[in-house]
Amino acid sequence: MEIFLGYFLYAMSLLTVGGIYALLALGLNVQWGFAGLFNAGVAGFAAIGAYTYALLTTAKSQFHFGGLELPLIVGDITAMIFAGIVATIIGIICIRLRADYLAIATIGIAEIIKLILKNETDITNGPRGINKIPRTWEHFTEERFYSNFPMNFISNPKGWEVFFDSIPKWWWQPFFACTILIVVIIIYFLLEKLRVSPWGRMMTAIRENEKAAAAAGKNVTKRRIEAFILGAVIMGLAGAFLGQHLRLIEPTQTFDPSKMTFLVWVMLIAGGSGNNKGAILGAFLIWFVWSSSELVTNGVIEILATMFDSVDISILKNRAGFIRMLFIGLLLQFILQRFPKGILPEKRPAISGKSQKYAG
Amino acid sequence: MWESFWFEFINFYFIPGLVLGCIYALGAIGITLTFGILRFANFAHGEIMMTSSYLTWEFVLVASSFGLILHPIIGAIPASICAIILALIVDRLFYKPFRNSPTIMIVIASFGMMLIIRSMVQVIWGPNQITFVKGIAKPNSIIKDFTSSIDIMLLIPNKHIFILLGTIIIMLIFNYLLSSTKIGKGMRAVSDNPNLAEVSGINVENIVKATWVVGGFCAAAAGVFLAMDTQFIESTMGFRMLLPMFAAAILGGIGRPFGAVAGGLIIGLAEELSAYPWLGDGPVISPGYKSGVAFSIMVVMLIFRPSGLFRGRVF
Amino acid sequence: MNSDKILSISNLIAGYGETEILHNVSIEVHKNEIVSIIGPNGAGKSTILKAILGTLDIKSGEIFLLEKKITGIKPSDIVRKGVGYVPQTDNVFVSLSVHENLEMGAWTIETNLKEKFEELYNLFPDLKDKRNQLAGQLSGGQRQMVAMAKALILNAEVLLLDEPTAGLSPKYRGEIFATIQRINKSGLPVLMVEQNAKQALQISHRGYVLVDGSNRYTGTGQDLSSDPDVARMFLGSRG
Repeated sequence: MEIFLGYFLYAMSLLTVGGIYALLALGLNVQWGFAGLFNAGVAGFAAIGAYTYALLTTAKSQFHFGGLELPLIVGDITAMIFAGIVATIIGIICIRLRADYLAIATIGIAEIIKLILKNETDITNGPRGINKIPRTWEHFTEERFYSNFPMNFISNPKGWEVFFDSIPKWWWQPFFACTILIVVIIIYFLLEKLRVSPWGRMMTAIRENEKAAAAAGKNVTKRRIEAFILGAVIMGLAGAFLGQHLRLIEPTQTFDPSKMTFLVWVMLIAGGSGNNKGAILGAFLIWFVWSSSELVTNGVIEILATMFDSVDISILKNRAGFIRMLFIGLLLQFILQRFPKGILPEKRPAISGKSQKYAG
Repeated sequence: MWESFWFEFINFYFIPGLVLGCIYALGAIGITLTFGILRFANFAHGEIMMTSSYLTWEFVLVASSFGLILHPIIGAIPASICAIILALIVDRLFYKPFRNSPTIMIVIASFGMMLIIRSMVQVIWGPNQITFVKGIAKPNSIIKDFTSSIDIMLLIPNKHIFILLGTIIIMLIFNYLLSSTKIGKGMRAVSDNPNLAEVSGINVENIVKATWVVGGFCAAAAGVFLAMDTQFIESTMGFRMLLPMFAAAILGGIGRPFGAVAGGLIIGLAEELSAYPWLGDGPVISPGYKSGVAFSIMVVMLIFRPSGLFRGRVF
Repeated sequence: MNSDKILSISNLIAGYGETEILHNVSIEVHKNEIVSIIGPNGAGKSTILKAILGTLDIKSGEIFLLEKKITGIKPSDIVRKGVGYVPQTDNVFVSLSVHENLEMGAWTIETNLKEKFEELYNLFPDLKDKRNQLAGQLSGGQRQMVAMAKALILNAEVLLLDEPTAGLSPKYRGEIFATIQRINKSGLPVLMVEQNAKQALQISHRGYVLVDGSNRYTGTGQDLSSDPDVARMFLGSRG
């Protein structure tokens, strides 16, 4: 029975984090698949979303700005708004840059965001980060919530305390996972509608032949900025959910571009860039691969340790994370060379356009 | 009379800025060469730098187990050869397939390479900091005594002398290469116009290989110098340098190697000097934001003068 | 071996990727000839030269240099075998000096070139005292000369010129055509694509008229100049 519970909870966490990455991938797809923008600063927008949510919803603390204890929905929405604002500023400045220049600029911006979060310790508690971030559904079990409206309408605090003690501690996990999945589905449908709308068709036209579109009078820059902002807004929401999932965020490790930004790109390319379905598929698939590779490498290490006495388990376990990253990196190269259109290729591929003649 | 302003300014801000600038300059050369000749931003460049310093440390370590005490610069020689080989292998396996594809493919590939190389280093040596050179670097006594005898006092530790001199020597060799050798002129030609180079009969693949050799060597030098300066190595040091190096290359003008050098020096100085208490008590920019300086310069350049100071390519 | 045919293209179908530009084109260049290819814009004239050089996709047909097949070979190898090429635009390395440009043209040659350089500077006296100037600083006509000198340094078997007088003043145009004749008289066959059909045909031994990617007419330079159809199509409004 215990084992099944373990698998069940593991599946819940896979769905939860997979869903969060699906949101990130959908957001990136708006920027890349719709508008052809190479955003290498995904982690930065997620960080903005996460921190905004955290600062608005956490309890009062001497370490960081906050104590507003706003309803969680407000936190989610404000996270999206803030990510959007930052994207607007960046978009206006950088949108005209060519692919690799934009990549450099967006990486730089993600770094600056990280620096700000690290340095403005009065607001963000710097490198130590913010913890005890209230998690949707689980927050019901916190005193701060059940002592107030609307929960106190149903029962008094003592009653709630007893109630929550009586149900299993993990009760909120399936609800949280479902909430995220529902959000993914809603956003997916909205984006699909957008894709076939006049705006979406214009974006396709711009992506296929920018010069023709511009000659036809379309404001290419403005449309691109819009796509950039929309993608960032979705990433901000994903960041807010991530903050809730982790309950503790800090500026350097949580939003490490090597993991987050890179993983999302692998997901988008593997799943099929330019393609909303592909984004979601890629996210869950790659997250599953990434997550289960942890079990696999641990298992392999255990086996090696029993086979060879000289193997130092602790060092290997320590390095296991890097071995996994190495393999994901090689996986990306493999997919890029063999299946550049991904598993679910878009009918009109995103990686197209004029190829520049190269040296050699 | 060597006022305390000059003493402090030159010794603790200007010269360190110059040294950092040299490191950025050497790294930026490789970036601008790849940008100019291969037409893409190589995100994995910082990792080549980092790998070189790890390999140098390893060679010195192995030598010492045989009783040989090697100076890091000696250890850097086999390390740079390995770094060059690594760059050539990476190009052959992961970049060459995309020579005629849209730029974005090779950019993603280099992004992936950045992670692959960094992970390899982390697996082999672990993610923690390793001490490269022990102890505190004391100022060179000859220079100190000489300059104080003429009423100024320059405190320059030996490591900085090596870096400054090393950079100058590499620059001279590099200049000779580009201006007076067949392969150097070929590199300039391909950077200028790759299509014309091809139909002129120039063996562009050889030029590409030469680019990786030269770029790889400069990256290795930059990595070793950085390790000598900070006296430790850790696996993210390459990425930390990447943005300032890109900024330096863009500042100088893409495809202009000496522009990249100028850009590197300017950014190195700007970073160090930004910490100087110009206005009264505190530094103008809080030290935590130092790395933002390079980035801001780059953004300004991209907006107002994307061809850089020396009018390189604009894509 | 019929050593008269220097270059021959037979039944060439070629283009970029999916697009087909040349439909079954055949062209020959014989020893000591100047051959012109003329035709309306977009007819595919420049594309023929690019096909010879191997810089685009050849779907079917063959190209022979000195009776040996060069279809599908790498451009740098084709150049090495003796095909000198002067593109229409972007035909010099602007950040290299005149002399360095010539050195680049001589990339494939191992032996000492001092005499060859002197020969070329004599052929293009304008460039002699400009040899250390950056090619980018020269006038259009001078650049064209550098481009041609660069292609000549190779001891080529044939010289391909893509609209050599495009955008040049009448003075330079005359000079270029005169230079082309001089080069040809010294034993080098020339295949020339030209917009200035009248002047081109005047110095050509033979010509081909290309329309919409196919051969339309062929004949001696004189015959084509005096042909009323050709004249109506191309020689009326242009020089």
